[in-house]
Order: sequence, then structure tokens, then C-alpha cells
Amino acid sequence: MKPPPFEYYAPTTVEETLTHLANHGYDAKPLAGGQSLIPMMNFRLAQPSVLVDLNNITDLSYIRPDGNGGVFIGAMTRHKKVGSDPLIAKQIPLVHEAIPNIGTPQVRTRGTFGGSLSHADPSAELVTVSVTLNGRFRVRSQKNERWIPAGEFFIGSFTSALEPEELLVEINLPCLPERSGWSLMEVARRHNDFALVGVAATVTLDKKGNCESASIVFLSVGDRPMQAHQAVGLLKGQKPTAELILAAAEKASSVDIDPGSDIHATAEFRRHLANVLTRRALDEAFNRAREN
Amino acid sequence: MTKHFIGERIKRNEDPRLLTGQALFVDDVEIPGMLHAAFKRSDYAHARILSIDVSTARERPGVVAIFTAQDMGEDWMPGPPLVSPPPTVKDVTFHSRRQAPLVKDIVRHAGETVAVVIAENRYIAEDAVEDILVEYEPLPVVTDLEQALAPDSPKVHDDLDSNLAAHMYQQKGDYESAKARADTIIKRRFYIDRGAAVAMENRGIIANWDEKSKQLTMWDTTQAPIPIRNGTAARLGLSDSQVRVIAPFVGGGFGPKIMMFYPEEMLLPWASKKLCRPIKWIEDRRENFYATTSERQQLHDVEMALTRDGHILGLKDDFLHDTGAFDPYGLTIPLNTQSHLMGSYVIENFSSNCTAVFTNKPIVTPVRGAGRQQGIFIIERMLDIACKELGIDPLEIRRKNFIPPDAFPYHNVIIDQAFSELIFDSGNYKAVFKKTLQMIDYERFVKEEQPRLRSKGKLVGIAIVPFIETTGVGPYEGARVQIETSGKVNVSTGYGTQGQGHFTSFAQIVSEQLGVAVKDVHIITGDTAEFHWGTGSFASRGAVVVGNAVHAAASSVRKKVLKQASKVLATPEDELELEDGLVRVADIPAKSISLGELAALANPLRGAVEPGTEPGLEATDYFGPQSGTTASGCHAMILEVDPETMMVDIKRYAVVEDCGKVLNPLIVEGQVHGGVSMGLGNAFYEKLQFDENGQILNASLADYLIVTSFEMPPHIETGHFETLSPLNKLGTKGVGEAGAIPVPALFAQALENAFQGRDLEILETPLSPNRLFELLQESRTTKEKSQ
Amino acid sequence: MNNSFNLSITVNGIQYEREVEPRLLLSDFLRHDLGLTGTHVGCEHGVCGACTILFDDEPARSCLMFAVTAHGHHVTTVEGLGSIDHLSPLQESFREAHGLQCGFCTPGFLTTLTAFLKENPDPSEDEIREAISGNLCRCTGYQHIMDAVKLAAEKSGN
Repeated sequence: MKPPPFEYYAPTTVEETLTHLANHGYDAKPLAGGQSLIPMMNFRLAQPSVLVDLNNITDLSYIRPDGNGGVFIGAMTRHKKVGSDPLIAKQIPLVHEAIPNIGTPQVRTRGTFGGSLSHADPSAELVTVSVTLNGRFRVRSQKNERWIPAGEFFIGSFTSALEPEELLVEINLPCLPERSGWSLMEVARRHNDFALVGVAATVTLDKKGNCESASIVFLSVGDRPMQAHQAVGLLKGQKPTAELILAAAEKASSVDIDPGSDIHATAEFRRHLANVLTRRALDEAFNRAREN
Repeated sequence: MTKHFIGERIKRNEDPRLLTGQALFVDDVEIPGMLHAAFKRSDYAHARILSIDVSTARERPGVVAIFTAQDMGEDWMPGPPLVSPPPTVKDVTFHSRRQAPLVKDIVRHAGETVAVVIAENRYIAEDAVEDILVEYEPLPVVTDLEQALAPDSPKVHDDLDSNLAAHMYQQKGDYESAKARADTIIKRRFYIDRGAAVAMENRGIIANWDEKSKQLTMWDTTQAPIPIRNGTAARLGLSDSQVRVIAPFVGGGFGPKIMMFYPEEMLLPWASKKLCRPIKWIEDRRENFYATTSERQQLHDVEMALTRDGHILGLKDDFLHDTGAFDPYGLTIPLNTQSHLMGSYVIENFSSNCTAVFTNKPIVTPVRGAGRQQGIFIIERMLDIACKELGIDPLEIRRKNFIPPDAFPYHNVIIDQAFSELIFDSGNYKAVFKKTLQMIDYERFVKEEQPRLRSKGKLVGIAIVPFIETTGVGPYEGARVQIETSGKVNVSTGYGTQGQGHFTSFAQIVSEQLGVAVKDVHIITGDTAEFHWGTGSFASRGAVVVGNAVHAAASSVRKKVLKQASKVLATPEDELELEDGLVRVADIPAKSISLGELAALANPLRGAVEPGTEPGLEATDYFGPQSGTTASGCHAMILEVDPETMMVDIKRYAVVEDCGKVLNPLIVEGQVHGGVSMGLGNAFYEKLQFDENGQILNASLADYLIVTSFEMPPHIETGHFETLSPLNKLGTKGVGEAGAIPVPALFAQALENAFQGRDLEILETPLSPNRLFELLQESRTTKEKSQ
Repeated sequence: MNNSFNLSITVNGIQYEREVEPRLLLSDFLRHDLGLTGTHVGCEHGVCGACTILFDDEPARSCLMFAVTAHGHHVTTVEGLGSIDHLSPLQESFREAHGLQCGFCTPGFLTTLTAFLKENPDPSEDEIREAISGNLCRCTGYQHIMDAVKLAAEKSGN
């Protein structure tokens, strides 16, 4: 399973990279960790005629506070680095929890945050979690720079809002407010497999202990991270009782999502799992919120 | 005191090379001027080839040649049958159809080879494969076993009347009269689906025809180098002595690497001879799912007749067996299934109709277990179902029906895969069962732990499944043992090795006879230039058949050593002992001679030799067992199921293994662990999924799920039990497949036990969380309907 | 089309200069261009882990990297971990615990575990299980591999 031939560039700066992308447009693909792109090339499912190797750009790998409790993460920051970073562990615990779920130890030494997001796999943890946290992504082209909210970035199966000449350079993730809790629940066939269904949830309580806000986002149930808007609607302003959580889980799994069937799971089983996982995730998230 | 080597946990001779990347595997071989092959394979499972256009592909720089079936001219012919149908079973119907090196007109399974590109490297070869344009006329595809036998089914071979590949009926006693006497008849239908071997090393072949010396050298990941040599020589019109086949280190076999002749095995030597260049083909992982054989799919309609106190009167099993598009491997798998349907039990009346069916799917040949797993799955499931219906304890029903230890050799009447009567040579099934129960703490779990955990809402289940395994079948293997003047011992055998530790276990047998350190015994396997006769690695026969050949040859050498040393040391033979590479007089250790010196004396450069003596200290011996030996064992497991997500967590796992005399406990344990990991795959993770067009939906390691460190039990406790085989001098039995055989039955029993009260009945394997979910939904619906 | 790249790479401490095609996978470069055949190829889609090498001392799948990406970096293969006469403590532990059978997946385990034990000299059972979860073995069922790692950790603790 050998990849087809391609033209190769190895820029050392973002500017050089953007020039290549501008020159080649649709023909060019940036190469980050390669953990998703190269298997597809070896299977010849992806046949980019131009590959722009980002691995020699050193200034895209960083984790910095954003001044508001959140973080800026450079797009080429490797998963392993994110997973062991104390700032992330403290400020963005949902990401800290998500990292060990990504693939295998070897995948995590090479895979990058920006690469995972750009690949836009609806089964990817970081893709989902960045939507749950209302993150935003800084995207540059030769002529332009813009910020895209996570909720608008993933527009289809393996399809992001990136234009061919654009490069994702930075991710901004806000921290959760006080009295917040979070949870990531997944079910996978084998420990390291992509989830059959997963849910990343955050909740925030008001001073009275009612649910002030919530974010419930699923992975592996659609062509992009699926937000459980109706379930969130049920929770808002209410006391998070066991019955309410059950109702929210029911709503999320029956109305908010429309999962498909594939070789690993039927739609019906996915719905069932979504129900179970939402309930468990909300339980955990609310418990954490109460502790905070 | 003589040291003992057999039965010791000796570190493996082969490990230093393997651990440092210095072991030679097929793809490691580089020959100057070597070319690389890639195959154009059919995307269709059933189609007529209308045209093949290779013109663009030929133009690609770096492409040296492209061949289609047309280009082979008169050299094109299908492979020979590997195993014939059993001549000893009456009225067998068998339609032999075999695969060809390249498809001529009709493609019969997805992945069949349509053309081959030979290029300077594999990258270019794959580019050129994409350039080849094949025009197909798609034909209707048949994948389902029952549909394949329907009168209007598309035919895989249109020169036959139907897709019936074979029919075989076997019986013991008289099932119908047993049925008439029975208090209970239990009927069920079972479905077992396909799995693949997934050795970590894919297949690979290098063929190097040297025009000047007129010699063909092949490196092949085969489990059977000698038959490959013989068949290749025959196909190319060469003498055996012109062909050398080397199976170096092979990264796992598990069965499919003994299938022959694969299309690529027929093509590559021919192409090398045509181009007079060495050519290498290394299978990639995607190809492996289509191009390498797989196994297990069967559909069984079973009936068991019992007395009300759980005594089995008779068993009837009519089943369909998927053979894929061709049937080069005869009826080995169904014979194994039939041989294992009666399990470890006294069943005096048995009847089994087997129908092998052609389908538009890749060829079926043995994968670890080779049909035994299906037999054990069925008998053990039927017993579990019987105990529920009769209200008998699952342990009791087994104890009641076990073949007792004084009943050996036990004649099971039907014919097995070795074409002779299925005779169990020795065993003590009750004792093995009891030991396993103790190891898993069965009673305490069922009486105390399980109720306690269940009261907390934890769904825990326990299971225990005994099994037998026919092993060590003939026809024969051979070995040559030679003491060198260095004092080290050289052993050659025609057998291959794929990780079973032959370099060590066979050495231990020699050490036991000659008193030489295991590390000083050098084993050569898998090279036809080193040993001329043999069949190959299958049916858990290495330790038994090769082991005993090695033992015989080493014993012969020992006799020669004693005879000569007796003369040299002027001492009677019975006062001599062999230890530490020396022959010494028992009470006078100073009076000794090294084996190396003896070897030199045995091969004089001058002078006369006595008539009748052979040079050196060397012997060649063969071992051909009259019948296979029967190993046995028992597995037990405790698992917990999450009743909402259907995810399974194995808490405890115990195995008792009776493989007769154990040569090396480390190696036996390793075989058991590996077997369990494959068995778990067949129980809950591995399923080769085909769509109705004959396409494999999960042809990658991301989607075909083999277990990782996490899915295994936290620790497999292994116990040994030894009932020696009377059929060979070492008293040993095979163990290579044992670990995999009872696992699906075990898993099913454990899940039913965990879900007790939920009416769950498992009649299929492999399962999955999704399938478990569906079965529970169905059982709930049935319960509601019946209320 | 630039189909030739001047690659400079250090492998097991030796620096190599070669002209390669950009699409040449690192696994193929190591095995066929440098003749270091200890690194094995099992799947070419990053799942089996047999091709794992150390890239700047971190375990990485060499089938998921183009050799050109390794330009200027250092790679360690199984050949750099020990020799037949001088097995590393980890290699010796594998032998003692029977942590290999056919040996095809073994180099990938050894590189992965060499890096792991350096960072985690005293790992728990769960940590070991996690560390090897990205390497597939079809022969051993992993149990003896786990035993080998525990043994190696004990050895270096002394």
C-alpha cells in the first residue's frame, strides 16, 4: 500500500507555507502529524498532488494563557505535549481528559491539535470537545486572517470550513466559569478504537444550584459534532434532578441526533448508547460542578 | 546425575536474533537486480473479464513487464488440489475446483488476480496497477450459504449443476433409534461466521530463477516448503533438485500460510523464469484480507436426544460449510468439525450430513482451530441448553457424559481429517475439569461472590467449557541429527517454523538424548536444500511428529555414540553416561571423551572403516503416527457485562491444558495465551464482514478487530495435566490450536450466566456489543409475547 | 515536479545522506535503502505498530512518516537498542519471560517500551497495558510481554 507521487515542499515559516497554499490551491494539502492523512494516502483514498510539510515550522507549537483563564494552542502542538501540559490540566480539564482517548501512544507523539481539527473527523475527540467548549480557531491565508468559531468550523464529514489556501494556525479555548463541571464519555469496541458513540458535556450551575448553562456535543453520530440543543433547552434554569437528567438524555438521543448505521454499530444501538452516555456524562458533570 | 531438558522452562535459542532485528524474514532478502511485483485484483466478486488494457501501464517508466493469463499461454493452469477428499468415507461427493495464477475469463471472488505488474520497485508497480483498465461484465453474486443452494442461485462454477462443492455423511450407531428412546429432544440452529488469521507478517514470495545454473531459489512465507518445492518443480518441468524453497523466519502462520498453491506462488516462479530476474512480491495488509484464506463460516441444524436425567443418547448435526470460490483443501475443516461435535463425551449415536458450498468469497482453508472450534461450540452450547430445559446443573451434565478415564483408547467410529478412524488415545476429562473448577474457585464464586455482586447490580457471569483437540496427525515428518567435530549438534528437518519455538523445543529433545546444552543444538527448519522429505506445519503436529522424528534420530545418534565411545574408552556401554557434551564413565569422571572428538574419530581421513559403518555421528529418522493423538483441556472465565453499554470486562481466566508430555512449559503457556487471544477475537471482536456484492467491508486492521493488551483477561492462569500419549515415544500431544478452540462456547455460556433471568440464548458467534443488545431486545420481546 | 530530495538523517547514531523520492515511507527507507530490516511492516496504516521506531527518542510509526519529514532528525531502530552479544535489559527480559514467539511485532514493542521505561521506570500494571496498547501481537496474547516489562522495570530498579 504505497502512496502515489506528489510534489513536496518543506517550508520553515508560516509565510512560506501560505505562499505554497496560495500557489496550488485545491491541489495542495498541508501535512501535520500524518496519523490520519498518510494512512489515507497509503490506501490511495487521498491523492494530493502537492504536499506541504509543516513539521519544520517550529513556531506553531506552543501552549499559552490567553489572559482570560483560557489557552492559546499552536496548531502544530503534538497531542502528547497537550496531554502532559499543566496549564491545560488546570484550565481546560476536558481537553486533558480527551487526549488519552486519542488513538494510541504512538499516534499521540506525532498527531497535532491543528491536524486533528483540520481533518474534521466527526469521531475525533478534539473536534467534538472544541465545539463543547465554544472554542475558536485562527485561520490564515496569504491575504487574510480570520477567527472561525468551532461550531461553524466543521461543516461535513471530513470537511472543514477551511478554504484551500487557508491554514489553521492557532486554537483558542476558553476556560469554564465557576461552578462548572464537565465530562467525556465514550464507548468503543476496543480501548483505543474510535468511539461508537461519545459525548462531551459541560454544565454550569447558578448560585442556587440550578443549571445556568450546558453544552452537550456528540461524536460519531453524524457527519460533524452534533449539539444536543433540545436537551440543553430542557436543562436550562432547572434543578438538575435525576429525572431531569433522564429526560435530557432521552431528548438528546431521540431528537437531537440522527445517527447512521455502519459495520460497527446500528443506528438503534447508537441511539441507545447516546442515551446511556448522556445520562452518565450529565451525572458526572453536575457532580463535578457541585464540587467546584 | 543426568540433567533433564524435556519439561524445562528453557529460554529460546532463536530469541537473540529476533530481539535485535537480525532474524531474516522474506521481505528482508535483497538480491541484486531484484524486481517487484504488484497485482491487479478484481473489485468484483463475480464477473466476466471482457478486456484487459495494459498499454498505458506498460509505458510507465520503471515497468519491466506486465502479464495476464493470456500471456502465460500453455503454462497457464490451475493449482493442484492440496488435500483430496477422504477416501475412507463412503459416498463422498466432491467437486474439485482450484484457483489459477491469473484469472482467464471469470472472476469468482473479490481480490482474484487479474494481472501482474513487474517493476523496479513496489511504488512504481502500484502506480502501474492503477493504469491497467479492465472491462468487466458483472455477474450476480452469491454470498449466503442457504441462498447458494437455492435452485435459482447464481452459480460460482457454471460447469456444475449447483453450488454444491461437496457432500459427506458420517454416522456412528443409529441416531433415529436413540431419538425414539429419548425423553427430550433439543433442536437448535447455530450460525458461525468467518474470521481471518491476521498474522502480523503478511505473505511474501521471492522467486529467483538463475538461467546460468538453471536453479530456482524461492523464499516463501509458507508453512510447507517441501510441497511448495515439489509442486513448483512439477509445474515448471524442473527436477526437484533444481528448486530450493526457503521459509526463513515467518511472522506467524496460523493456518493460511499452508494453503497452496496461492496464485502468487504459481505466478512468481513462472515470471522469474520468463524474465530471468529475481522477483519479489510482498502482500500488503489490504490484500491480505482478500488474497489470503480465511475460515469458520458454517450453518448448523442440530438435534440432541437425551434422557431426562441428562444422559446424551444421540446427536445429529446437518450443516452447511462455506468453502469460498474454490476448494483446494478438500474436506479437512468439516472433518474436524464432525470430529469435535461429540466433544469429550460418550455419544453412542451420531449422524452428520455436511454440505460444502461454493460462494463468491475468498477461499476457505484452515485457520487456527480448523473446524474444531465450530464442533466444540455446538456440543457445549447444546449441553448448556439441555441443562436449562432439563433443570440440571451444567457441571453435572458434563460429568455425567464425559468419556471415563478407563475407556481409552476410545473409538469414535467416524473418520477424521487424517482419513482414519477418530480414536482418542488417552485423557482424563473429569480430572482436568475438576482442576479447572478449583483454579477458578467455581463453587465459592457461584455460592458467595456472584449473589453478592448481583445484589449490587453487577452483572457477573461464570463459565467453564471442556474440550478435546485432535492433534499430531501424520502422514510423517523426518529429521537428521549430526554431531559436528566442534561438539555442537546440527539438526535438520523439512518442517517450517512460524514462532512456535522449534529452535528450542526440538533442541531440548536432542539435549535429552545427547547431554549437550540446548544452546549448542542448532536447528535448521524450512529449507528444502537441508532436508528433502516432509509435509508441513498444520494440525498442531510439530511437537508430536517432528519432535518424535528428532527424538528417533537423536536416539540413533546416541546409540552410535555409545557404541563408539565404548570402544574408545574400553568400557561397557551401560557404564557410560552422556552429559555436558562428554561421554564419561559413570564412576570415573576423568575417563571421558568429548562428543566433538568422537565425531572426528568417526570420520577418518585415512585408513579403513569397518563394513556397515556410516561416517560421522549422524542419523536420519522419520516418524509417521498411525493416528493422531487427542489433547484436551478446559477453560473457565468470570466476566462482567455492563447491562447498558454491553461492554464486557473479563475478570478471571483459567486454563488447564493436557497436551501429554510437555516439552517446554514456557512455550506451551505462550501457545495457550496466543490461542486465547484469537479465541476471544472469534467470540466477541473478529468478524469478516461481506456485503451482498462479496466485498469485504472491514478489510483493514482499523476495522477488523484483533484484540489488544486491553481486551485480554488481566491474567490467564495456566494449569497443566499430563495424560501421556501411548502413540509416540515422547508421550506428547499437540497444543498449537488449543487456546482458541473452546473460547466462543465459553464466552456464550458466561454471557448467558451473567444475564440469567433475561432469557438470553446465544446460538451464534462472533458476538459484539451491538449484537448482544439486539439479542436481549429480541428475548424481551419474545418474553412479552409469551406472557 | 520535484521528485528527488537530499535527505540527511541520523539513524542509530550514524549520519546518512541519500537522495530519495518524497513519497518514500520512512519504513521502506530504513529497511531497503539502509538495509536495517529489523523494523517490520505489518499494515501500512498505522494500526499494528510493528514499524514503530524512535523519532527524536519518541515512539512513532515509521509507516506513517515520509523519510523526507525525518530530514535533520535522529531515528533509533531496534538495531540501535542492543546486539546479539549485548542484549539490553529489556531485550533480555523479553527472552526470559518468553515475550516473543514469531518475533515479527517484537521490534515495535521494544522501541515503544524503551522510550516508555525511560519516562516511567516504575510503571503500574495499568500503565504498562496502556503503553503497549498501540502494538498488536497475534502470537503471545500479551501476557508474557507484560511479564517482560515488569521484569525489565525490576532489573533497572536494582
